[in-house]
Formats: sequence, structure tokens, C-alpha cells
Amino acid sequence: MANKSILGLFSTAEAAADATDVLAEAGLGQDSFDVLTGCPYPEGAFGEREQKHHLYVFPFIGAMMGFTVAILLTAGTQIAWPLVTGGKPILALPAMTIITYEGTLLGAVLFTILGIIFESRLPRPILSPYDTRITEGYIGIEVTCEAEWQLEAAENALRKANADDVIR
Amino acid sequence: MQQRVTLTDAEINRDLLRSINENHLWFWLLIGALGSVVLCGFGAAAYMIYTGIGTTGLNRPVLWGFFITNFVFWIGISHAGVMLSAILRLTQAEWRRPATRAAEVLTVFSLMTAMLMPLIHAGRPWRVFYWVFPYDWARGIFPNIRTPLVWDPAAVFTYLTSSILFVYIALVPDIAVARDHVTGWRKPLYTVLSLGWRGTTRQWRLQLIAGILLSAVILPIFVSVHSIVSWDFGMAIAVEAWHSTVFAPYFVIGAVHSGVSGVVTFMIVLRPFFKWQDYIRPEHLDALAKLLIVVATAWFFFFWIEIVFGLYAREAPEVALREMQMLTPPWSWMFVIFLITGYLFPVTAWMFKKVRRSIKWMLITTISVNIGMWLERFLIIVPGLARKQGFTFSWGTYTPSPVEITIVIASFCMVSMLVLLFSKIFPLIPIGDAKEGQILQDYIQIGKRKVPAVLREE
Repeated sequence: MANKSILGLFSTAEAAADATDVLAEAGLGQDSFDVLTGCPYPEGAFGEREQKHHLYVFPFIGAMMGFTVAILLTAGTQIAWPLVTGGKPILALPAMTIITYEGTLLGAVLFTILGIIFESRLPRPILSPYDTRITEGYIGIEVTCEAEWQLEAAENALRKANADDVIR
Repeated sequence: MQQRVTLTDAEINRDLLRSINENHLWFWLLIGALGSVVLCGFGAAAYMIYTGIGTTGLNRPVLWGFFITNFVFWIGISHAGVMLSAILRLTQAEWRRPATRAAEVLTVFSLMTAMLMPLIHAGRPWRVFYWVFPYDWARGIFPNIRTPLVWDPAAVFTYLTSSILFVYIALVPDIAVARDHVTGWRKPLYTVLSLGWRGTTRQWRLQLIAGILLSAVILPIFVSVHSIVSWDFGMAIAVEAWHSTVFAPYFVIGAVHSGVSGVVTFMIVLRPFFKWQDYIRPEHLDALAKLLIVVATAWFFFFWIEIVFGLYAREAPEVALREMQMLTPPWSWMFVIFLITGYLFPVTAWMFKKVRRSIKWMLITTISVNIGMWLERFLIIVPGLARKQGFTFSWGTYTPSPVEITIVIASFCMVSMLVLLFSKIFPLIPIGDAKEGQILQDYIQIGKRKVPAVLREE
């Protein structure tokens, strides 16, 4: 069976946090559920697992690529059309530094944006299981199950935890 | 004293999506009025391009006038975005919450408007593309990267791209809220733009890190942009009074001064229209005014040393320029207005708590700052060029023509119109931030008083 998800909705953060304990008692630990909220809550507020990511790598890769492109562009265009000025070097390093600085930072920004989208697992074509009440202040607990019996157990656990609604 | 109000998520959604969900006649009348002026501006630019740059008041040796003054002014306004958003985000200043989006959006639209100015000023805008972009592969002629006039578009383009992406990434969660609360043709639009955002713990975590990471990356861009704009002047040896090492920090801090004031002006103007009284409160204006006192005084320090260093050494070109700026009409009365409106009046007023917490006075003082800052740029550019020595063989005077005046007025209407239109499509106060602010606030009992407190996660 492919992974299936079920969503429990809770009207308060406290009720949602308690529900994660009930899920754990039912054998559905940190790896089985995710919390959906309408705004950021302090990390670990619902006993969810720590989120590992590699976002910090992206700006460095982008900066290196931006730097390389900027060097190639500035050096390449000067060599392609040399402007000989009073015996000075063809490659004007102070000017190249400025354009390279901008190129490096532009690369870092572009790759950071790509990193955020990639690491946030976006774009996501299908929203479900989802409920618009989440942006109205409800807390959603999405439980992902591998087997049908787990799905039943998750639903029972969510109802036992006094979920306001359970959506399959 | 803080005047915090407790709001539910549903109330925050209702309030902050009001600009999107409600249609008012005043809004479209205002857009129509601003749009008409913008059209006049484009008409004037088209007329100037068709007839020739002779329709402006530009005259040797003053070949930079209203357009370049306006360019520097709008680049300056654009510095509000990073100042408020990035620096306050990095320092986790709680009062930043309602102001960040407006600042970022103002950055984007003022940068776009600023970029139009040199294009119009060029007279034949299409030729700028040969001069800036290295694309002319067929002829093998490429831009000369040794000129600040190529560094400038590189920096502004980097800043504009970064700012647009910064605004968009921060908007994604709010677009998801809009997606959940609209119907009709807008629903699929918001669905696509929200990228399938659901508000998982991971997404929020990355959103918070993204804000800090992007702020840290954009901050050096922010410093470079106005530094490079200042080098358009500072690197010119022919105009002696411009050839100053202090120009970069002087321009950057001046940009922050005018930019933050611009954001305050916009926030105050939009506040009653969209009923944001619960979100933009006197305590926010108070904090912004205190910040402005520091920024304005730092800017005034650079302004002062810029003048004193030249005069103390009795450098002839500096003495002559300052004489022209300060003692020769009409520059002298502009200089007096600039000093009063740019620094003396607003900073003196901000010393008083009643002014800092008064909507009316904050509006007056922040508009005053930008009158002063516009004149400051004008007084750097025009008298500076009027005294240009190198290769000057004719000495004309500069009086702005109706074409230039129309285009400058239209630029102000264009930025206002674009911000208003943005507020019609996207929330101008960050919804997620407002909700987070509610979660992290509480009231604690200290003795006989209950005081509002904000919790902050390290």
C-alpha cells in the first residue's frame, strides 16, 4: 500500500501538543506525523522531530558560481575588445572586483531562493490532506501511514485526543 | 507604554485581507487619478524622446538635472527595504513586524522607477542596452566595465532581483492564506503563486531561516548599491567638488534616512484606508522615529565632514562650490530649505514623545525629510556641475523644463500607484508575522501592574 495520510484538526496548540502524546502511545512516533499551522510556532512546540536541512550550502554554491560567471564575463569582454589605456593592464582589476562582488552576491541570492524552495519541498501540486481552517488558527496534525491498520489506529488516536475534525 | 491588542487568527485574516477582499470606489478613483498623472509622465517622456533632449532644461555644463536627481532619490528610498527588513530581522526587533513588507515593496517599486530615470535621461533609451549589457556578440564590442556607469546598473539590477525574490519568498505563506480565503478567478492565481504551501513545521522553519539568510546576503548588496551610485559622482575627476572619499557612506546613510521616512509616510497614509489601526500603532511610529533620529544624525555628521574637510583646507573649487550652494540664490534658499526640512525640523520634532506617537506629526515630519533629501541630491548635482571646470567651453544655466517637472511628478505617482495596486493583490502587512507576534506576546503581572511582554526564541 502506498503511503496514506490523515489529518486531525485542533483548535488550540495545547490540544495539538497533547494529541502527539496520544499518537506516540498508539505507536505513531515523531517520524509518523507532521504539524500544519497558520504561523510559525517555536521549534519543538508540538514534540515534532527536528528538521534537518542543507539550506546553508546553497548560498555558498551560488556565490561560487556567481563569482566564476562574473570573472569570466568581465575578463572575457575586456579580452575580446581590449581598451589599451596608457600602458595599463588590459584587465582592470578594481573595476572587475566591483562587478564580481555584485555577481557573487547575485549568485548567492538566486541559489538561496532555489534552496528555500527545494528544501521546503515546494512546489507541491496536491495540497491534500489539508483544510483551510489551518490558516484560521487551527492546528493540523497530519499522520502518514504505511498500512491500513495504522491509518485506523491514527484516526482512533486523533479522535481520542479530541480532534475537532478528522479528514482522510 | 505599549498599546498591544489581542486578536484571533481569523480577525487578523479579515483585517489584513481587507484590501484584497473589499472593493471601494475611492480606491479606483485614486488609482485613476494617479494613473492619469503617470500617463502624462510617459507622454512627456515619449515627447522628449521624439523631439530630442533639447526639450529639457539641460544645458552645458549642467548635463545632469532633474532626472538624475530623481534617480538618486528613488535609489535612496529603495534602501528602506533592507534597512527595516534585513537589519530588524537579524536583530529580531519585535516592532518590525508591520513595517517589513511595506518597506520591501517600496524597495522594489522605487528601484523600478529609479531605473527608468537614466533610461529617459539618455534621450535614446535603446542605446543604453549597448552600453550596459554584454550581448553584442556579432560586432565584438562590449561595455567598458571601467566606468561607474556600468557598475551602477550591475548593482541596481542585483539589488532589484534580490529584492523581488525576497518579497516573493516572504509572501508565499501569506499568498496561501489568501488562497484559502478568496473565490473566483483569484483562487487559481493564488494557488499557483503559493506553490502548494501548507504550513508544515519544516516549511515554517525554513521560512524563518530564509528571512535571516537572505537578509544577511542582501545587506552587502544594499551597502554596495548606493555606494556605487555615489561613485557615479565621486569617481568623476572633472567635477572637483564631487571627488570625495566620504561620498559612499554619506550616500548610504542618507538613503536610509529618506527610505525609512518614506516607509513611515506610506504606512501612515495607508493606515486609515485599510483600517490597520490595530497593526500600525503609535508605539511602532515611536520606535521608527527613534531609529530615524540616530540615522539622521549619522547622515548629518557625514554631511558636515563633507563640507568641513573641503573648506578647512581652503581648496579653491570647494570654497567656490559652497559659496554657490550656500550664498548664491536660488541655490542658497534651496540650501536653507534642505537644512530645515531634511534635518533640523524633523529631528528636533522627534525629540518629543508626543510627536513620535502622533500620526499627523509623523506624517508631516517624514514628508519633510524627503523634501529635504530630494533637494540635497539636487544641490549636489546641479551646482556641482555648474562649476565643472574640465573641458568646459560654454557656461549655460539650468532651469527644469515642464517635461522634466511632469516626469518627476509622475514618478511619485507611479510609485504610489504601484504600492496601492500591490496592496490590492497581496497583503501589505505580513499575516504570518502578525500571527506569530500574537503567539509570542503575553501579559505578566509585576506587583500591581500587568505589563505586556514579548517572548523571543534565541
